[in-house]
Amino acid sequence: MSKRRDGLTAKERMAIPRAKMPEQDAQARASNFEEVPLGLTPEQAMEESKRCLECRKQPCVHGCPVGVQIPEFLDLVGQGKFVEAARLIKETNILPAVTGRVCPQEDQCEGDCTLFKKYGGVSIGALERFVADYERNNSIVEIPPKPKPSGKKVAVIGSGPSGLTVAGDLILEGHEVTMFEALHEAGGVLVYGIPEFRLPKEIVKAEVNYLAKQGVDIQLHKVVGMSIAMNELLEEYDSVYIGVGAGLPTFMRIKGEELNGVFSANEYLTRANLMKGYLFPEYDSPLPPGKHTCVIGGGNVAMDAARVARRLGGESTIVYRRAREQLPARGEEVHHAEEEGIDFQLLTNPVRIIGQDGKVVGMECIRMELGEPDDSGRRRPIPIEGSNFEIECDQVVISIGAGPNPLLIQTMPDLEINRWGYIEVDKNNRTNIEKVWAGGDIVTGAATVILAMGAGRIAARSIQAYLTGQPQPGTEEQQEEAS
Amino acid sequence: MTGKILVNEQVVPNVHRLVLDAPMIARRAQPGQFIMIIPDAEGERVPFTLSDWDIEAGTITIYYQEAGVSTMKLTALKPGESVHVVVGPLGRPTKIEKHGTVLVGGGCYGLGAIYPLAKAFKEAGNKVIAMLEARTTYIVYNEERLSEVTDEIIVVTADGSRGVRGHIKDGMKVLSDRGEKIDHSHFVGCTFMMMLSAEATKPYGIPTIVSLNTLMVDGTGMCGVCRVLVDGNTKFACVDGPDFDGHMVNWDMVFARKRGYEGEENLAYQFHKCRVDGAISQNAKSQEAV
Ligand SMILES: Cc1cc2nc3c(=O)[nH]c(=O)nc-3n(C[C@H](O)[C@H](O)[C@H](O)COP(=O)(O)OP(=O)(O)OC[C@H]3O[C@@H](n4cnc5c(N)ncnc54)[C@H](O)[C@@H]3O)c2cc1C
Ligand SMILES: Cc1cc2nc3c(=O)[nH]c(=O)nc-3n(C[C@H](O)[C@H](O)[C@H](O)COP(=O)(O)OP(=O)(O)OC[C@H]3O[C@@H](n4cnc5c(N)ncnc54)[C@H](O)[C@@H]3O)c2cc1C
Ligand code: SF4
Ligand code: SF4
Ligand code: FES
Repeated sequence: MSKRRDGLTAKERMAIPRAKMPEQDAQARASNFEEVPLGLTPEQAMEESKRCLECRKQPCVHGCPVGVQIPEFLDLVGQGKFVEAARLIKETNILPAVTGRVCPQEDQCEGDCTLFKKYGGVSIGALERFVADYERNNSIVEIPPKPKPSGKKVAVIGSGPSGLTVAGDLILEGHEVTMFEALHEAGGVLVYGIPEFRLPKEIVKAEVNYLAKQGVDIQLHKVVGMSIAMNELLEEYDSVYIGVGAGLPTFMRIKGEELNGVFSANEYLTRANLMKGYLFPEYDSPLPPGKHTCVIGGGNVAMDAARVARRLGGESTIVYRRAREQLPARGEEVHHAEEEGIDFQLLTNPVRIIGQDGKVVGMECIRMELGEPDDSGRRRPIPIEGSNFEIECDQVVISIGAGPNPLLIQTMPDLEINRWGYIEVDKNNRTNIEKVWAGGDIVTGAATVILAMGAGRIAARSIQAYLTGQPQPGTEEQQEEAS
Repeated sequence: MTGKILVNEQVVPNVHRLVLDAPMIARRAQPGQFIMIIPDAEGERVPFTLSDWDIEAGTITIYYQEAGVSTMKLTALKPGESVHVVVGPLGRPTKIEKHGTVLVGGGCYGLGAIYPLAKAFKEAGNKVIAMLEARTTYIVYNEERLSEVTDEIIVVTADGSRGVRGHIKDGMKVLSDRGEKIDHSHFVGCTFMMMLSAEATKPYGIPTIVSLNTLMVDGTGMCGVCRVLVDGNTKFACVDGPDFDGHMVNWDMVFARKRGYEGEENLAYQFHKCRVDGAISQNAKSQEAV
């Protein structure tokens, strides 16, 4: 790395206070769907980047699942070279405007930052978002020159972050890339799950358009396995990548789940996001506002549902069986939810949903206490006998996790899957079927955007090697060749 | 272009036939499957049964009833125009086997939708009897086409203006009185008709399949709104169905869940009707939506 020009000492860097992200006022935002954090100003961004100590061991980079070149991009930000910084990040992470907003930074890059414990980590996420937004808004996004056609064809199934990464990487290699998406918009969870106030759809659209401009053929409303058979793809394409996600909603198998007013988080959020239910009746898909919505679960999905419910005008409660420290959601989302007036019933588990005339009128819950650690190392919640109580509510959103999207896999009897139904792959994300790779949530189970992108990158490298007759990455052959 | 409308005509009061250009769907369509249409950019994803298709011409046919906003939007579209999105085929195809004598019963849009079933059962070597249920004579349709692929057509009208008076169960009685042994039955139509039909076949011990038409959002197994209880197990109509054993379906739940958005559906219908009628201006509409 080039020597930094600002000449600050480590002490001076540590003395700079961590930037405070300007945010929409909590009262105001609880009734609109506009983005909550407003983004850093250029001055704030430059100042914040100067907090980086340029640690030799780069713990932040190790904390990032795809190894974004963090200190290097921070240095460029410090020099006001925002577009260059964005392009540097994109070498490892094609969607910085997205990851800057949704990565669980406190568990990844920022959590591993040397400054984290004492001063608060460098705001890597906020800076990543800043430079990506800056590039999108202030520069002509350059379409890379068309590479020489390779004559090879690649099919990508699913347009979530993992599929987008594979398509983006392989189009640069000169292959003909076709991306198939079941729904009527591309982006996967980024468009149907994560709400507008956390990830404006404009951003996802811009990224998808960028791929289209580079020549990726995006085939919307094509359900592979139904609209087109896998066999047909295998005949027509030289490689196929499966990135169909973990979109199968899990229900709790408690009494009352069939009642009207009980939603899976997927239904609730799809109505809100993809179908624009919050603009009903301007848009036709309804999402009736509840008077009191209880969301069961404690992850990002649960926070999103609870915050949508709040924005539609009702009271909103999170019901979670473990304690606050164990909430799996990003810290920032929990904090935002609290600010917006969402009630948290922690160490609480639903027992049954109570109905009247087919509609939800309440939920019976039981209080929990923490016992011995379980397999995941977290203390297991156990019910406190006799602590049952009722919550009055007219909507219940079940957000306790998701399973593998079954539609395509059902049509591939020879595909190796594990006992939970996720696809088995090797370290290059290859499946047991020749020409077929898989990655993202359909391999790992519901995880994160950046992990799905990381898997996409690994698969893309392996596909590239396969298509060009090179040894597979990580094999002895390949290492010999590289040395 | 996929989704282009070739025919959109009312065949009998309130039932319309829509023929769309959709070569990829036509190529893969199988009896019992459905498609989803988004009528326009603000529209819902609405499921309709594939009622006919032509692989060579690359077209598909559905029959629809004007029930609410989405279907009202469809009636307004003219040949040459296009629906916003059409996706399919979806759902598991109907199991077509040689049973002996098969009864296919239809009501409302089902008179159109049973055609591919009747045809496939016939081709599989069955004797096929079609039973068409309608309120009155003049809303019976599709008879001619059905007669090409069935051995017999029995018309049942609620007012007795034609054929057997009453409902499917009265038609069943006529069959049983003449000693006709039915080995398998399949019903398509409104929920009420399918439930009553399943009740009617039960005493005769006739295996009965119904094509459920629950609410749906994505149609790909992702949202769970289409869940039904079949023999005590939760099933998703869009990916596990739409065909289910009519004697095992928990009908109370099907009915209750279909009413889930009644209030909103009415509101949307009125809202859209006002807009079509010009009572709500473009600006007023956005204010109202907030
Ligand atoms: C509400 C919500 C909030 C979240 N919040 C965060 C967060 O803050 N931070 C974070 O890092 N992660 C978050 N996640 C998780 C993250 O979004 C996922 O891990 C990630 O999107 C997985 O990417 P993917 O590419 O594997 O699949 P997905 O994004 O699930 O995309 C799969 C796509 O494949 C399509 N598809 C499925 N079957 C077929 C088929 N047969 N043919 C064609 N297409 C098909 C689907 O329609 C979908 O568009 C959240 C998830 C949800 C649901
Ligand atoms: C697999 C499947 C196949 C179908 N095939 C056909 C078909 O071939 N032709 C056809 O006309 N319809 C079919 N339907 C039903 C059709 O999808 C609905 O009627 C549709 O929701 C109407 O939309 P809308 O916006 O016009 O009315 P909405 O505003 O959605 O509904 C208006 C009124 O109709 C009632 N309604 C809603 N959904 C249904 C339903 N599924 N069945 C009966 N009444 C309902 C509502 O309770 C409301 O009172 C099918 C449904 C499924 C799930
Ligand atoms: S991709 Fe995510 S983890 Fe990696 S540096 Fe960016 S915000 Fe941090
Ligand atoms: S760990 Fe923190 S301070 Fe150290 S190089 Fe990374 S961002 Fe800079
Ligand atoms: S319609 Fe969404 S799961 Fe069936």
